[in-house]
Parts: sequence; structure tokens; C-alpha cells
Amino acid sequence: MKILAVCGMGIGTSIMLKSNAEKAAASLGLDADVEVADIGTARGAAATADVVLTSGELAAEIGDVGIPVVVVDSFIDGDEVREKLSTALGS
Amino acid sequence: MAEASLSQLLPQDAIAAGIEAADWRAAIRAAGDLLVATGAATADYIGEMHTAVEAYGPYIVIAPGIALAHSRPSPAVLHTGLSWAGMRTPVEFGHSTNDPVRLVIGLAAVDHDGHSSALSRLARMLSDPGRLARLTEATDPAEIHRTISEYESSEAT
Repeated sequence: MKILAVCGMGIGTSIMLKSNAEKAAASLGLDADVEVADIGTARGAAATADVVLTSGELAAEIGDVGIPVVVVDSFIDGDEVREKLSTALGS
Repeated sequence: MAEASLSQLLPQDAIAAGIEAADWRAAIRAAGDLLVATGAATADYIGEMHTAVEAYGPYIVIAPGIALAHSRPSPAVLHTGLSWAGMRTPVEFGHSTNDPVRLVIGLAAVDHDGHSSALSRLARMLSDPGRLARLTEATDPAEIHRTISEYESSEAT
């Protein structure tokens, strides 16, 4: 499966989110690739992803992409990322 | 070439604490001034960091009390580097859940991934609430840099 971590520019916050998402996916036993996208390319990149992780600010801009868009409040809270990912995927 | 470590990307001269900032612009400017002072960016980059928030909102407030101020790679970035600006009085960025901000980390990056393992390490370092509290309450740049270096060497072993 593919997890997409979205931030404004794809160089800062999304990298911090990617690191936590990889750890969360591993602890949930998911075989997942985590990719990073900036807000400009997020909608296109979402077409081949299974779930999107992003901030509340940016979730509103991404809108409906047909897959779960998970809002993460703290990008450094591994427990939050794991719980929300697990809920979104029903695993 | 091996990727630079967190303590190399964030030298002691790029760390300041006890900064008084009137608003989010001043808080980002403080982090930007440190990037300029340590040669990571030119003063133009500070305006680019402001523009990023104007364009995309305060999403750079990545966790309660912490903002990662940055913009895209640009001619205003001279080399990849980080800065650390601790606020004396927490500053409102307009974020729905993570305000107010006590720590602004500045990031200037020359490319998309040359700094990714250092940022991942930063995320892991800040994810421990006790360590985070110690780091944001410290006011001595030497002590903050030492704590970061010690974390990094403990993680490497």
C-alpha cells in the first residue's frame, strides 16, 4: 500500500511526518511505502495512494480525493499517527 | 558524501533562546536571522518563509508549541542548515490546535532530501515529552547544543 504524506512544500514538515508514518505502518504490520508530496501535487499523487496524512490546514485544500485524508495534529507524536492511521484503514 | 548530522546542521551559533517576538512574523524573523548569521541563507530567505505562511497558512506549526519555519530551495539558500529560536513568551501563529509556539525551528534546504535523515532524527528527538520540555526550557545555547549532540550520539550507537 501507499501512504502519502502531504505538506506545503514537500521538504520540511512532510519529512518529519514520513518518519513517523513509516514507524506507525511498521508497528501496525502494514507493508507500506510512504511518499511525500507538496500541496501542489498532492491531488495527483493521491490517485495512486491508499491514504493521505496531512495537517488540518492542508486537508481542507486537498479536499475529496476518494481515499481517507487523515488529519494529524502533532507530526512528532508517533502514537497519534499510529492510532489515526489504524482507524482510517480499519486495521 | 555522507549526510550532515543534526548537530552539524544546527551549530551552536544558530541557537538562541529567550527571544521576545511580538507576532508570528517576528518569531520567524528570529529563526531566519540565525540562518543568515550562520551563513545558511541570505536575508531574502526570511521573506520567503513569511510568504510560505501567507500562502499555505500556519501548517508549519507541526506540533503543540513547535513551528518548522521554512520555504523552498531557492537562490536565497546558501547551504542546508537549521536554526533554533526559543521564545520567552509563546507566540500565536493562528493554528487551530498547536498554538501558542514556544520554539521556532528554521530550515533552509538546498534540495529536497539532503537533510531528511537529520530531520527524521529531529522528529524523534522532540517526540520525547521530557526531553522536549528540557530543550524548550533551557536558555543557554551551549546546553541546548550539548543536549542535541548527546541525543545524536546515543542514537547512533
